[in-house]
Amino acid sequence: MTADRFIAMTMLFEKYARLLDEDRLEEWTDLFVEGCLYEIVSRENVRQNLPLSLMLCDSKDMLRDRISALREANIFNIHVDCHVIGPVHVAPSDAGWDVSSAYALYQSTQEGETRLFSVGRYHAHVVEHDGALRFARQRVVVDTGAILTLLATPI
Amino acid sequence: MSATQEALRRYHFPASDGSRIPYGMYRDAEIYALEQERIFRGPVWNYLALECEMPAPGDFRVIAVGDTPVIVNRARDGAIHAMVNRCAHRGSIVQRQIYGNARGHICCYHQWSYDLTGRLVSVPFRRGVKGVGGLPADFDMGCHGLQTLRVSVLNGVIFGSFSEDAVPLQEFLDVPFVAQLKRIFHKQPVVLGYQRQRIFGNWKLYTDNLRDPNHGGLLHMFQITFGIARLSGRGGATMDREHKHNMSWAAQGSRPEDDAPAESQEGYSDTGRGDMDIRLRDPSMLRYHKEYPDDLSLTIASIFPNCAFQQIGNTLAVRQFRTKSADEFEIFSTYFGYADDDDAMRRHRLRKANLAGPAGLVSMEDGEAVELVHRAIVRDGQEHSVVEFGGRGAISDQENLVTDVPMRGFWIHYCKLMGIETGEPRP
Repeated sequence: MTADRFIAMTMLFEKYARLLDEDRLEEWTDLFVEGCLYEIVSRENVRQNLPLSLMLCDSKDMLRDRISALREANIFNIHVDCHVIGPVHVAPSDAGWDVSSAYALYQSTQEGETRLFSVGRYHAHVVEHDGALRFARQRVVVDTGAILTLLATPI
Repeated sequence: MSATQEALRRYHFPASDGSRIPYGMYRDAEIYALEQERIFRGPVWNYLALECEMPAPGDFRVIAVGDTPVIVNRARDGAIHAMVNRCAHRGSIVQRQIYGNARGHICCYHQWSYDLTGRLVSVPFRRGVKGVGGLPADFDMGCHGLQTLRVSVLNGVIFGSFSEDAVPLQEFLDVPFVAQLKRIFHKQPVVLGYQRQRIFGNWKLYTDNLRDPNHGGLLHMFQITFGIARLSGRGGATMDREHKHNMSWAAQGSRPEDDAPAESQEGYSDTGRGDMDIRLRDPSMLRYHKEYPDDLSLTIASIFPNCAFQQIGNTLAVRQFRTKSADEFEIFSTYFGYADDDDAMRRHRLRKANLAGPAGLVSMEDGEAVELVHRAIVRDGQEHSVVEFGGRGAISDQENLVTDVPMRGFWIHYCKLMGIETGEPRP
């Protein structure tokens, strides 16, 4: 793997985190291809080989529906997200790259109280689409399977 | 009178119909301690686990009844046993794994070993070394097993009780809830996975919420916003003869325009909610594939005190409430399908699970609502919650959703078990 590729993946993950943290969720969905898979699963289920997710969008349309539900319908704890993403591991695979990294996600309230909301690992499959890197798959394996309060905004 | 008993005197229930609930009941640590004794270990049946989670002898799961850790396992003779996961020696956690298969349960601290029925079977160096040390000669192993629970199973659903006074399970559940369990466990279930949600509020705010169909179409706006269901749709609440359990239900084919075109929007005119006819880009997960003889597309059967059996369309789960303190509890949900599901049905259940749980499009709000109440009632324990939707006084099944009558049923039974005297009857 070239250093350029590593930097490109790091920049993709940086953008992913920044768009989420800045509540630019609609732009965040644009980082995915149409037939994408976005999934949040608990380590507890993964370890037991159980298929249930916490959140499962198997197309970009479902991802967009998630975001429009957050915008239009759902009521959830008012908070700001802060994603801290570790160094990426990149391996070529199936006309793309498998990219993984650890993350920590902090949530802060309006009054400035911060809690560690979730830690875990991203397991992405990234492809080149129209000259840009896009997520074909993003599988978030959460170690923090006991979701604090609720899980509204994507990890 | 014990200090804990004294805690009950701090709060006054002015009405005997459960229509006023003192805030302190949700915040007081001594009330919480008393609940562990009188509710969770009282004359009730707690949901423990599903038989399909432990098909082979030695298979176990560690769960919790209230805040007591409990091992549920299948013994060599095939019977299900449940026992407190606390060593009879020094009180240590015995089984440290949360699931697995074991020949018995051995405490890592001093290697006391229990069989799958909870009997103490070996103690290392019991006779000491060369006649020195060890346990006294008259130490009776038979008196030092793990504390066991009574176990009763209905259609593969395992319940446990700490109390000899609990009436037989089916009598406790009563006809509508026996029927509901037989309905959703009418064939072999298969576990699809687990979800956990940690809510920083009192557990009873959640059991209240389950007995309040009125909030469904007001707090959970996903289905309303996307035109899937409204409070004016066909639904209701069914209770047992003691009104301690509640099943909130809705029937399919009950889109508001079919039933009550005028009223469907009217009730929402004061809510400040915007456009209620937005369309999903991919509505496929919302489809309900009818799989029962009736037309119920949503049933949430809340069994007093620690569980709820959920059918949200084709998403099936049982939620177990594990209390942590007066201020915190976990919802441990076990999602399942049926062994004869084809790939498409299994996939549909997994996609539709997006509606439920901590990230549920229809359910995520509950975590927020419970915490909003819990935070705001930190003071003024004598002040009351108001429970009057659907009327005061006598309690009966509800044929509409604009009601929270089942909540009163819960509290009347709760007060009875806790030994709380309530005020005057109300008209």
